[in-house]
Amino acid sequence: MGWLDRERTIAPPGFNRWLVPPAALAVHLCIGQAYATSVYKTALVKHFGASLTEIGVIFSIAIVMLGLSAAIMGTWVDKNGPRKAMFTSAVFWASGFLIGSLGIFSGQLWLVYLGYGFIGGIGLGIGYISPVSTLIKWFPDRPGLATGMAIMGFGGGALIASPVSTALLKMYDPNSGAKGWVANGDSVGKLFLTLAVVYLAYMMFGAFTIKVPAEGWKPAGFDPAKVKTATLVTADNVSARNAVKTRQFWLVWIVLFCNVTAGIGILEQAAPMIQDFFRQPDGVSLVSAGVASGFVGLLSIGNMSGRFAWSATSDVTGRKRIYMLFLGVGAVLYTVLALAGSTTTVLYVALAFVIISFYGGGFATVPAYLRDLFGTFQVGAIHGRLLTAWSAAGIAGPLIVNAFLDAQGKPGQLTAESYQPALLTMVGLLVIGFIANLLVKPVDARFHEPRPDRVRSEEPALEA
Amino acid sequence: MSTAQTPVKPSTGKLVIAWALVGVPLAYGVSETLTRVAALFG
Repeated sequence: MGWLDRERTIAPPGFNRWLVPPAALAVHLCIGQAYATSVYKTALVKHFGASLTEIGVIFSIAIVMLGLSAAIMGTWVDKNGPRKAMFTSAVFWASGFLIGSLGIFSGQLWLVYLGYGFIGGIGLGIGYISPVSTLIKWFPDRPGLATGMAIMGFGGGALIASPVSTALLKMYDPNSGAKGWVANGDSVGKLFLTLAVVYLAYMMFGAFTIKVPAEGWKPAGFDPAKVKTATLVTADNVSARNAVKTRQFWLVWIVLFCNVTAGIGILEQAAPMIQDFFRQPDGVSLVSAGVASGFVGLLSIGNMSGRFAWSATSDVTGRKRIYMLFLGVGAVLYTVLALAGSTTTVLYVALAFVIISFYGGGFATVPAYLRDLFGTFQVGAIHGRLLTAWSAAGIAGPLIVNAFLDAQGKPGQLTAESYQPALLTMVGLLVIGFIANLLVKPVDARFHEPRPDRVRSEEPALEA
Repeated sequence: MSTAQTPVKPSTGKLVIAWALVGVPLAYGVSETLTRVAALFG
């Protein structure tokens, strides 16, 4: 397996760095399927005779494994390079679908938990972080743009997987034309087999296209001194082991946690929320189910485009300022949404779109923020550890919203006022994130890796 | 290592194929989603 080693992936002189983003996108577009599971959720409920919660556990295991594997495997990914990491991710992701299909065909739900949830989730985590540090090294002049392109793929993956999966389910199920049709288990199993093959091929394309820059490579005309104009951008490096000992790591962790928790609050409830906001006194909503579905689609576009647009913008504004926008303006927009969102649908949709673009932007900009603070040395591993904030937010966000809504009434009876406590709680979280971001300062020099021209005297202790 | 050091000639064709492989499915996904979004404004 020596052909997967980092040494075999060093780019020769003349290699075009613009081949790297499509390689990264190939992986992220595939693993982004994780957000398209709703397509076959009802079919699995029917096939296994299980509850929605029991089927939802498949996705929850996958997201928890994403955070855990990114945190645990981050250093391995940085050490072994992107090709081995993408290859490993592809094997885990495709195996997850294969074992999952076996579980569906044999009627064993635990096999779907093990396959798609556990094994596929490991593929998700490794795949998510695999191209990040490589992109940052190829684009030292525009790290936000580079990581934004890749992480946009994670948002875009669901946009592709959703219509493709629906079309395949219709093709595999002979009863697809029936009224009130729900796909049978056999067709979902075949869908999983198809996705395993297609995703394996696509991710292999990414793995065998990606290359790392040679030591000392820099883009033509690039002057590192120009990048080091902002006080937060370091020319030094901090190891992943030392990064978690710094205050900065945990402040950025809080920033990401607050931003993601607030965004998930809207995303999880998107369709019923818009209907509840425009519910009339007679209990009927002005927004139909079809329109609500269109709204969910619009949020997906906002999420995906925000990942690219805001992350690329951060190369100009600086990372700290763009997070002040996400969190500060985000808090104001959330407040307007809570207090005046039910005035008109146009205002509601516009507010939600911008808020979700901030949510996506927060994900995509964070690798460049880490690069600024900790250097490029182990930025992939540090990013992996930071993604535990995502896992935590994935639990906290829906928990907060659902707890408040449960206290307000039953689904179908909720109104705009019912959402105010949950939304204003999110405002509080965004303010906490805003303060955490304000407190981010350059990392103390004692955490820096020694340079050839200077020697570090002692092992750094936990920063006070 | 030796193969990695051999200079390569930048290939526009390779670049176009690589971007098309990811760009076409992404454009399809966005277009399908926008069709659904149309209900919001229709």
